[in-house]
Amino acid sequence: MSDDITASLGRYIAAEILKDPARQLAVDEPLISSGLVDSFSLVDLALHVESAFGVRIDDTELTAQVFDSLGELASLVRSRLPAAS
Amino acid sequence: MNTLPQILLRSFQEAPQRIAVHLLEDQAEIPVSFRRLVDGAAGYAGALAAAGIRPGEVVVLILQPGEALIASFFGAMLQGAIPSIMPFLTEKLSPEHYRKSLAALIEITRPAAIVTYPEFEGEVRAAIPGNSSVRAILLSEGIAPIPSGHWPEFPGLARAPQEICLLQHSSGTTGLQKGVALSHEAVLNQLGCYAGVIGMTPADTVVSWLPLYHDMGLIAGFIMPILLRSTLVLMSPFEWVRAPWRLLRAASDHRGTLTWLPNFAYNFCASKIRDRDLEGVDLSSLRAVINCSEPMRFSSHMAFLERFRPYGLRPESLATCYAMAENVFAVSQGGIEAPVTVDEVEARSLVVDRLARPANGDGDIIPMLSAGRPIPNTRVRILDDQRRELPERHIGEIAIHSDCMLAGYFNRDDLTAKAFHEGWYLTGDLGYLAGGEVYITGRKKDLIIVGGKNIYPQDLEELAGQARGVHAGRVVAFGVFNDQTGTEDAVVVAEADEADEAARHQIADEIRERVTRGSDVALRYVKIVGPHWLLKTSSGKIARSANRQKYLAEQARQ
Repeated sequence: MSDDITASLGRYIAAEILKDPARQLAVDEPLISSGLVDSFSLVDLALHVESAFGVRIDDTELTAQVFDSLGELASLVRSRLPAAS
Repeated sequence: MNTLPQILLRSFQEAPQRIAVHLLEDQAEIPVSFRRLVDGAAGYAGALAAAGIRPGEVVVLILQPGEALIASFFGAMLQGAIPSIMPFLTEKLSPEHYRKSLAALIEITRPAAIVTYPEFEGEVRAAIPGNSSVRAILLSEGIAPIPSGHWPEFPGLARAPQEICLLQHSSGTTGLQKGVALSHEAVLNQLGCYAGVIGMTPADTVVSWLPLYHDMGLIAGFIMPILLRSTLVLMSPFEWVRAPWRLLRAASDHRGTLTWLPNFAYNFCASKIRDRDLEGVDLSSLRAVINCSEPMRFSSHMAFLERFRPYGLRPESLATCYAMAENVFAVSQGGIEAPVTVDEVEARSLVVDRLARPANGDGDIIPMLSAGRPIPNTRVRILDDQRRELPERHIGEIAIHSDCMLAGYFNRDDLTAKAFHEGWYLTGDLGYLAGGEVYITGRKKDLIIVGGKNIYPQDLEELAGQARGVHAGRVVAFGVFNDQTGTEDAVVVAEADEADEAARHQIADEIRERVTRGSDVALRYVKIVGPHWLLKTSSGKIARSANRQKYLAEQARQ
């Protein structure tokens, strides 16, 4: 499940934000602090996470301090998913 | 009352308790009265005087949007100094490049003082060359307000209207070396004239998220409401971009009447705000939502209207404006007395014949959004390549003449001389006049505008050219309008010998990183091409518009 989240987020960022679907993102690659994901795309990312996984990321959490890599974002999403039955 | 500090002090004397600015910070809201504003400014004036800063000297402000920035801006003016707001370092910008930008600014502008935060002092000191003009670095935390009765003398009150009151730079190395110098008189002529056009009074409330280093934010979203004693509700651009709904919530809570937005913000707000963040929001108080500072699209207005009409947004509030720092702000304004004119023209004629022919039903039609009529103090002409005036509906370079033009580019007589032709300022924008209204069709100058922010392609090219595997000087940067986001995408095309796909991806990644960390611009597309792809001019320079055409043609074929 966790790998699904990472892979799905990675595909979304590569295709929709970087406009380069072939781009492979490493799980620990800095996204926000490196400028790969620009500030205009952060809201997109939050909206996508909400619709794809049903969990919410608050506006105040859209910073490199809260998550900066695919791995950190996936963990954040996972931590908010309802406990698996 | 013919300088900015005189007007500010008059407001203090007549209405000390009146709230000049509601500052929205995080979840908090700080009401700043004229008393609080001027006492804070007096603290900075005193500190600048104590540091030996004299009237007429430049003070650079490196501060986030907030109370220290407001107080230091007006404090510098009370001291008679010339404030200039520098864009703030964002988390992704590399300190090395920020230092380079700052050094570029210092070299030309020759400031006497810099105001910043204690945690930034090291960065600023590192950027200052040994024998520079900078004599003082003031730290915001050490500067307390001075209550009236204890104020120092304000030499700024003795400044003449013709003297420079502020500098306005655009970002990037090139922009920072080209400061627009404006006199008190020019600013006040613009405010008097423009306020009349939009009917702005102290009864108005302006809501703004715009950065203060840019003309739209600095004039419309800061100086104008404060000097006119309209209420200003101000939030930081860093917050807005993460939570665009807050602007609308602020408009609703404060019964905002006026707001200025770059075109992309219409698309951004329309597509990126959830319903639940709009619960209870009522936008019916907004009498003008003014589109300004980048190409304006009819589709952006429609998307905004459709999204927010259920929340009370009035269709007649949609307005347009053509503005530039070189005219202080507005050149023309539409949509105030009557709805914005939409001029339906033949697409083919516009591109091929450089003529805006009214559509007659055949072929593709482009709905051109009018930027309205020139404001009464500003005249507009359209010039051909030989700088002869063109008749209506012919596309040419827009030239302007007014009583609120720049005094010059600060310490850049060379650029100032080039910018004028027989007393008319050559804007570098392309457009036409029809029925007395101004329409902007494109740009003659090589400039990219992303999200309302001016970006010089040469800055991006220099950064991209430093990536490994790229031939130095074999890089081009340009903008391509994106209908979905309502703004331009910044594109870089670079030549490399490397033909391997994976290696090219790596080069593209490095270019992205270098550009983002060096300029605060996120590139949307990076294309790596083989040797000899790029077209050059006869003088051997990379031809930006020709390469842009070639890139678009190749993309269209794919």
